[in-house]
Amino acid sequence: MTALRALLLRDMRIAVRIGGGAMMAVLFFLVVVVVTPFALGPDMALLQRVGPAILWIGALLASLLALDRLFAADYEDGSLDLILMGRLPLEFAAATKALAHWLTTGLPLVLVTPVLGLFLNLEPAATGAVMLTLLVGTPALTFIGLIGSSLATALRRGGLLLPVLVVPLTVPVLIFGVAASNAAIVGPVPFGTPFTLLCAFTLMSLVVGPFAAAAALRHGLE
Amino acid sequence: MALIDFANPTRFLNLVDRVLPWLAGATAIVFALALVQVYGAPDDYQQGATVKIMFLHVPAAWLAMFCWALMSVAAIGTLVFRHPLADVAAKTAAPLGAAFTFICLATGSLWGRPMWGAYWVWDARLTSVLVLFIMYLGLLALWRSVDDPSRAGRAAAILTLVGAINLPIIKFSVDWWNTLHQGSSVVRLGGPAIHPSILVPLLTMAVAFTLLFVTLHLAAMRNEVLRRRVRSLRLLQAQAAPGA
Repeated sequence: MTALRALLLRDMRIAVRIGGGAMMAVLFFLVVVVVTPFALGPDMALLQRVGPAILWIGALLASLLALDRLFAADYEDGSLDLILMGRLPLEFAAATKALAHWLTTGLPLVLVTPVLGLFLNLEPAATGAVMLTLLVGTPALTFIGLIGSSLATALRRGGLLLPVLVVPLTVPVLIFGVAASNAAIVGPVPFGTPFTLLCAFTLMSLVVGPFAAAAALRHGLE
Repeated sequence: MALIDFANPTRFLNLVDRVLPWLAGATAIVFALALVQVYGAPDDYQQGATVKIMFLHVPAAWLAMFCWALMSVAAIGTLVFRHPLADVAAKTAAPLGAAFTFICLATGSLWGRPMWGAYWVWDARLTSVLVLFIMYLGLLALWRSVDDPSRAGRAAAILTLVGAINLPIIKFSVDWWNTLHQGSSVVRLGGPAIHPSILVPLLTMAVAFTLLFVTLHLAAMRNEVLRRRVRSLRLLQAQAAPGA
C-alpha cells in the first residue's frame, strides 16, 4: 500500500513540475473547443445544441494525446524496469499510474468545463450534466488508453499508432457520455439510463485496462 | 493428431500441401452450387432483384465476425500456450477479416442506395461493422509497425482479446444509439423468418464463403511460415557475412 502511494505521489509530482506537461491537456482542450466555432460559425443556437458533443470530443482528444507519456518517460529513464522487477503486482502499479495520470490530466479537464461551456452558450444545468458525465467518463478514457499506451511502449512505437488503436474502443464512452448529457438537457430519454451505462462501462474499463496493460508490458519488455 | 504436433512447422506445411487442393476444389464446387441456387431464388416483392445482394452481404458479415473470434482463440494460443502457429494464424487472419468486413460494407452500401436512397446511413448495424473494420485496420497497423514477428504477435494478441471483450459492448452501445436496420431474422427464437427458397441458397453461400476463408487462410499461413523462414535465413546470412 505504501509502495502504491509512493508511486502515485511520485507520478503526480513529476506531472506537475517542469517537463511534466500536466496542464498541456487542458490547453489542448481549450484550443479544440475554441477552434470549433470557427468551423461551425458563430450561431449561438447551433453551438448550444452541439455543445456537449464538442466538449466530449475535445476531452476525448485531449486525454488521448496526453497518454503518450504515461509509460514512455518511465521506460526511457529506466524506472519502468524497476517497477517491473519490484514485488508490487504490475496490474496494481499500472492502475496506480493510470490513476495518477487521470488526477493530473483528466480531472483538470472536468474542472475547466464550466468555462468552456460559457463559450458554447450552455445553460448552467447543461454544463453541470456535461461535467458529471465527464467526471464519470474520463477515467474510462484513461484506463482504456492505458492499454494503448502500454502496447506502444512495449513496441517502442509512439505517435499516431496509439490513437488509432484506442479510439475505436472508446466509442461506447462517447455514445453514452454525450447521450447522458443530451438527455439531461433536452430529453426524451431519462438521464439515468445512459448515465448508469456509462458508469458500468467505466467500472469495466477499470478492471480490463490494468490487466491488459500489465500483460502487454510483461510480454513486450521481457 | 494433436494440436501440439503442428508446433513443428514442417509437419503443418506437409498437411497444408495435401489438404489445400481438395479445399480449393470444394470451394469452387460449393460456390458454383450456391450461385445456381441464388440464380433460382425468387426476387423480393418489394426490393426486386436487389435482394440478391444479400447472398454476398450476409455471409461476408458472418465471416467478418467469425474471423475476429478465430483471432481471439489464436491470441489465447499465443499468450497462454505459446503455440508457434497461433501467432501465424492470427497474423494471416487479420487481412482476411478486414477484406470480408470491407465486402460486407461495400455490398451493404450498394444495397442501401436503392433501398434507403443513400450509400451510407448512420444506422446501428452499419456503424458497428464500420467500427469493426477500423479495428481490423488498427490491428494491421500494429502488425506492420514492428519488424520482430513474435513481439508484434504478443501485442496484437492482447489487442485482439481486448477487442473481443469490447466488440459486443460497442455493438450494444451503437444499437442503443440508433437503429433503423431490420432486426436479425435468421437466428432467432421460433425459427428463421425467411422462406426456405431464400434461406437454402443463403446457407449454401455461407458454407462456400467459409470454405473460401479456410482455403485462403491455410494458404496464407503457409506463405507466412515460409516468409519467416526466409527472414531468419537472411538474418543468419547477414550475420555470417564478412565484415559484419
